[in-house]
Amino acid sequence: MSTETETPFGEPTDDIERKRLIGRVFVAICFASTLVGIVALVALIADVLYESWGWVTWEFLTYPPSQVVENFMPDARGAGIYPAIVGSVFLIALTAVFTIFLGVGAAVYLEEYAAESRLKSFIEANIANLAGVPSIVYGLLGLAIFVRAVQMGSSLIAGALTLTLLILPIVIVSTQEALRAVPDSQRQAAYGVGATKWQVIRDVVLPRALPGIMTGTILSLSRAIGETAPILMVGASTSLFVAPDGLTSPFSAMPMTVFDWAKRPEPEFQHIAAAGIVVLLTILLLMNAVAILIRNKYDPRA
Amino acid sequence: MTANRGQGATTETRTDSSTESVTERVAGSPGVDDAVIESRDLKVFYGDDQALQGIDMEIPEKQVTALIGPSGCGKSTYLRSINRMNDLIDVARVEGDLYFHGKNVYDDDVDPVALRRKVGMVFQKPNPFPKSIFDNVAYGLRVQGKDDGDVEGKVRQALERAALLDEVEDQLDSSGLDLSGGQQQRLCIARAIATDPEVVLMDEPASALDPVATSKIEDLVEELSRNYTVVIVTHNMQQAARISDKTAVFLTGGHLAEFDDTSKIFENPESQRVEDYITGKFG
Amino acid sequence: MSGADRTVNISNGNSEVNDRTSSIVKYVFFSCALVTVLTTLAIILVLVQGSFVFFREVSIVEYFTGTDWSPVIRPRSYGVLPLIWGTLVITLGSALIALPVGTATAIYLSEYADPDVRKVIKPTLEILAGIPTIVYGFFALSFITPLIQRVFPETGTFNAAAGAIVVGVMIIPMVSSLSEDAMSSVPDDLRNAAYGLGATKFEVSTNVVVPSALSGIIASYILALSRAIGETMAVTLAVGMSPQITANPLESMQTMTAYMVQIGISDVSIGSIGYQSLFAVGLTLFAMTLAMNLFSLWIKSRYREEYQ
Ligand SMILES: Nc1ncnc2c1ncn2[C@@H]1O[C@H](COP(=O)(O)OP(=O)(O)OP(=O)(O)O)[C@@H](O)[C@H]1O
Ligand SMILES: [Mg+2]
Repeated sequence: MSTETETPFGEPTDDIERKRLIGRVFVAICFASTLVGIVALVALIADVLYESWGWVTWEFLTYPPSQVVENFMPDARGAGIYPAIVGSVFLIALTAVFTIFLGVGAAVYLEEYAAESRLKSFIEANIANLAGVPSIVYGLLGLAIFVRAVQMGSSLIAGALTLTLLILPIVIVSTQEALRAVPDSQRQAAYGVGATKWQVIRDVVLPRALPGIMTGTILSLSRAIGETAPILMVGASTSLFVAPDGLTSPFSAMPMTVFDWAKRPEPEFQHIAAAGIVVLLTILLLMNAVAILIRNKYDPRA
Repeated sequence: MTANRGQGATTETRTDSSTESVTERVAGSPGVDDAVIESRDLKVFYGDDQALQGIDMEIPEKQVTALIGPSGCGKSTYLRSINRMNDLIDVARVEGDLYFHGKNVYDDDVDPVALRRKVGMVFQKPNPFPKSIFDNVAYGLRVQGKDDGDVEGKVRQALERAALLDEVEDQLDSSGLDLSGGQQQRLCIARAIATDPEVVLMDEPASALDPVATSKIEDLVEELSRNYTVVIVTHNMQQAARISDKTAVFLTGGHLAEFDDTSKIFENPESQRVEDYITGKFG
Repeated sequence: MSGADRTVNISNGNSEVNDRTSSIVKYVFFSCALVTVLTTLAIILVLVQGSFVFFREVSIVEYFTGTDWSPVIRPRSYGVLPLIWGTLVITLGSALIALPVGTATAIYLSEYADPDVRKVIKPTLEILAGIPTIVYGFFALSFITPLIQRVFPETGTFNAAAGAIVVGVMIIPMVSSLSEDAMSSVPDDLRNAAYGLGATKFEVSTNVVVPSALSGIIASYILALSRAIGETMAVTLAVGMSPQITANPLESMQTMTAYMVQIGISDVSIGSIGYQSLFAVGLTLFAMTLAMNLFSLWIKSRYREEYQ
C-alpha cells in the first residue's frame, strides 16, 4: 500500500536484499551438498544391481565357487557363493554368542555396579578409543593372538573372536544406553520387595532393556558380517568348496569371497562380484530390518 | 491507513537524543501523543490457541513502558510481536495491526530484518555469543554494516552506556561467557544498544539475576530511557513501579486489562481485577 | 520368638547365599569390562613386540626416511614414506570431499530442512556409513574409475582419485551426522539474540551457529579423517598396490592398510621380515589413529563443558 513512501526502517532494502541473495545461494549450495550423499547412495546401489543383473541365480546361492568363469553363467554347471554364505552365518552366530555375553556383561558392570570413579571413566575412555581403532589392526591382533599364540589356526572360532573384539565397543555403548533408559523407579520397586542387586538386574533391568540391547547388538553384528579386513588377516579362505563343519575348521565368508572376485582381471568376475554383493547386502538389509522391527515394536517413542 | 503515511522519514537518520522525531498520531488513537509503537486489535495465535486478544496500546517515545501480569498472560508474546520475533515460531500467527512510526510492521513490504535493526531486544536469559566481549558488542555493528569507522569507539560507548565498561575494560578479548550472570546481561544490553536502535525490548532482563545485579539493570533502564524507547516485561511489581513511566497490565487469557501512567496503575487502578493483581491477591 | 526370627532373617538367613551369588556375578561382569582393557593392552603388546623384531633387522631411520618400500621383493628396502604418502593422499582427498559436503549437509539439515525431511534424510545418509567397505571398492572399480577415465583417458585401472572419492562418500555421514548434532544443540537463545540484532538467517547460520558448534564440528572432522586413514578394503581395490610417491592422483599408489592386506593374502612365511613388517606398519597406523581419536575425545570433552 505505501510503496511511494519510505518505511521508517532506515535504508533497509539494498544491504539486506544483497544478504538475502547470498543467503539463497548458500541454501542452494547446502541443499546440493545434501544431494551429493543421496545421489552417491543411489548410484552405488544402481551400479551393483546393474552389474549383477541376471547373475544372482539359484545355482549362485547353492553352489561352491569356481575358478572358471563359465561355471557361473546361467545354464552352466553351476558355481556360486554357498560356502561363504554358510561361513558368514556361522561366523556371525558365533560372534553373536560371544558379544552378547561380553558386551552385556561389561555394560551391566559399568552401568549397574561401577561407581562414578577413575576406573569407570578410564574403562569408558578406553572403549571409546577402541571404537576408533582400524579394523585391520584387530585383524593383526587376531592373527597374533588367536591364530598364532593360542594356536587356533585360521579357524572359524579365531575369526569369530576377532570380530567379537572388533564390535565389542559398539555393543557395550549401545547396551549402556539401553540400560540407562530403564527408569530408576523400576529398580527401586524391585529393591522395595527385597530383591538383591543381582535379582533386580536379572528380573527387572535386563528384561526391560532387552529390546534396546537386541537392536544395538544386531546392528553391530550387521557391521561385523560386512567386515573383510579382520578375517582376511586371520586367514579366511577364498577357495573353499565346502561349508565349515566345526569350530576349528577353516572358513570362508561373503565379503572375503567378494574381494577375491572383485580383484580379478576378467570382466565377468565383476558381475560375479556384484552378484555376491547383492547377496551380502540383502542379508545386511534383513538384519537391519529385524533390528528396526524390534525397536519399533518395543520403543514407545518410535 | 492513509493517515499513517509520511511519518517514517523523520526518524531516518536518528543519531542521538537531540533529534526529536515528529510523529503524528494515528487517526483515532487515544491517549499518548508521541507514540512510537501502536497496536490496534493485535491478536496472536499459536496454532489454534489465541495468546493475545486484540490488544490496543500506544507506547510513548523515550519512556519506559512496563508490561506486567501473571505468567502465561502473553507479555512475551506481545513484546515479540513488536519486532516480529514471532515470525521465527512456526505455529505463531498474527492478526491486526502494529504500527512503528505509523508504518504497519505486518505490511507485506516490511522486512523484519530491517525492523529488528531499529527495534533491539534483550532476552530473559543472558545469551552472549561464545565470542569475546568485544566481538559480542561488535556483532550487531557487523551484521548491520555499521562496522566501518570507529568500531572500537562504538563498542566502548555501548559498554559505557550499559555500565559495564569499568568492569571489563582490560578484558575485552576474553570470552563473554566468562562473565557473571549480571555482567552477561549488561553485555547483552550493550550489544543491543551498540547499533543505536530506537526501541529496546526487554523480556524480564533481571529475572535470572541477584538483587545487586538487578538494581544495576534497573538503574540502567532508567538511564537508557533518555535515549531510547524501552519496553520491559517484568514479573516484579515493585520493579515496574520503580522504573517505568507507563504500565500495561495483562491478565490471563491474553487480555490487556489496563494501560496507564504507572503512578495511576499502582495508586488508583480502574478495575478491581487489576487492583487484586497489584496487591497480590492473585497471579 | 517371632521377633527373634525376624532379627536372624535380617542379618543372616538366606541373604548370605544371595550375597555370594551377587558378588560372584559382579566379578563376572567386571571381567567382561576388563576384556576391553585387555584388548587395548594386547593390541599394543602385539604391535610393539612385532615391530621390535622388525626393527632388529631394519634401521628406524631408514624406515621413517626411506622413499622406497619393498620388504618382500628383492632388492629389499624399507622406507615407509610411500605408504604414508598413499595414506595421506587418500585421507586428504577424501577430506576435500567429505568435510565441505558434510558440513553443508549438516547446516542444511540443522538450520533449513523441515523436521520431517530431516527425519528421512539423516538416516538415509547414515546408510552410507553402514555399507561394507568392500562394496565401495567394487563401486570404485566398476563405476567411479570408468567415469574418471572418460574425462582423463590416461587414468589407470587402479588410481588414487577413485579411492579418495569413495572414501570421501563413505565418511560424509560421519561429518554430517555428528556436526548436525552439534549444531542442533546450539541453544535457540543464541539464534534469537542474532535475529534480535537484525541478522538474516544466513548470518545466523554462518556466524552464530557454526562458530558455536565449532568444537563438535571439528571433532567430527577428526573422527572422519581417522576413519579414512584406517580405511582398508575400498582403497585396496581402488588404489592398488604400487607404493610410490607421486603427485598424480590418476596413478596407482598403496596405503598402509592396503599393504597389510597384500601381505595378509600373500604367502610370506611367518617370522620373515615381510611378515614382521606387518606389525611395524600396523603400529604406525595405530599410533596415527590413536592420536587423532584422543584429540577428538579431548575436543569433545571441552565442548561439553562449554554448554553445560
Ligand atoms: N512458542 C510457543 N508455542 C506455542 N504456544 C506458546 C508459545 N509461546 C507461548 N505460548 C503460549 O502463549 C501464551 C502466552 O505466553 P507468553 O510466553 O507470551 O506468556 P508470558 O506472559 O510471557 O508468561 P511468563 O511470565 O511466564 O513469561 C501461553 O499460554 C503460552 O503457553
Ligand atoms: Mg515471558
